[in-house]
Amino acid sequence: MAGGNSVVHELSLMEAVRRQALEALDRHGGERIVAITLRIGALAGVEPDCLAMAFEVVMAESLAAGARLQIESVPAEGRCRSCGQVFAVRAGLLVCPVCGGPASLERGRELQLVSLDVT
Amino acid sequence: MCTDCGCSLTSLQAPQHQHQHQRMLHLHTALLAQNDAGAALLRQRFEQDGVHVVNLLSSPGSGKTSLLEALASRCDPAAMAVIVGDLATDHDARRLQRTGVQAIQITTGQACHLEAAMLGAAVDALPLPELQLLVIENVGNLVCPTAYDLGETQRIVLLSVTEGEDKPLKYPATFYSADLVVISKSDLAAAVGFNRSLARQNIAQVAPDATVLEVSARTGAGMDALMQQLRLGALQPR
Repeated sequence: MAGGNSVVHELSLMEAVRRQALEALDRHGGERIVAITLRIGALAGVEPDCLAMAFEVVMAESLAAGARLQIESVPAEGRCRSCGQVFAVRAGLLVCPVCGGPASLERGRELQLVSLDVT
Repeated sequence: MCTDCGCSLTSLQAPQHQHQHQRMLHLHTALLAQNDAGAALLRQRFEQDGVHVVNLLSSPGSGKTSLLEALASRCDPAAMAVIVGDLATDHDARRLQRTGVQAIQITTGQACHLEAAMLGAAVDALPLPELQLLVIENVGNLVCPTAYDLGETQRIVLLSVTEGEDKPLKYPATFYSADLVVISKSDLAAAVGFNRSLARQNIAQVAPDATVLEVSARTGAGMDALMQQLRLGALQPR
């Protein structure tokens, strides 16, 4: 867990999700939201578990109350700047497993609202 | 046949017609779109007014305020300003005001990080065109501030020698986001057995593009190099 204020932090992120989701529901015309899908990168600086805890609380008494939360976790992926090797980045280490050179981070910092299932 | 869901009921008003006519809205929007938009506006303002803006992140107690005091004592106070974020108290802003720089405190209550929307009033209160440097001293926290763009020109992550060489490995996302990593309290390195080369190696592994400096606010070591990084070379020294 991130520390004493982690739930508050994820609450504020979830409020951004709720606001965007309800705006989209309104724009596209729909009665309620039954599922929300997020894409969270491994190095986005956000903990999916903490988000899940905040979800129910934040969506309560809105048109997204009772909705299902789906999180697509995006693993971090690096590309070596020396030899071009593409590899899975573990623990944020941007070091090529083949040649030891420094790598660029290609994927893993996503923080996206992907889709809504609505009725 | 129902043209919505293909069932045999022909009237949507029929009570049996309880199908969830579900559909998917594909959005693919950034979660922090609102913050990013606010940050982009701030960034535009800062660029227009020619201010170098720093977002300063670290754990609590790494020496952010002391470093800023040391910077303030080395340059023209009228050209530097600080916006400080803390959950409680205005101690840091007051310390900085004593050096002669303008310092505005944002007391966040429970918020563990600063967001672009929180900066508006403070930024409006500052004479941006007259400033060369604006430092936003973020809430002491190596986790939450990471994802929030504040419109800064440069992001600095501070790591003190007393925190250990493996700190960067424990907070890779935050260190990755840094343009500059400053190792502070270098005067204490020997006393705590700080392994400088290991720390630099660890930083390089999670933040290969970050510049790394070592400073001591107390002795002044490394402060000239830091001022260069902050584009403070052109200021009249005191």
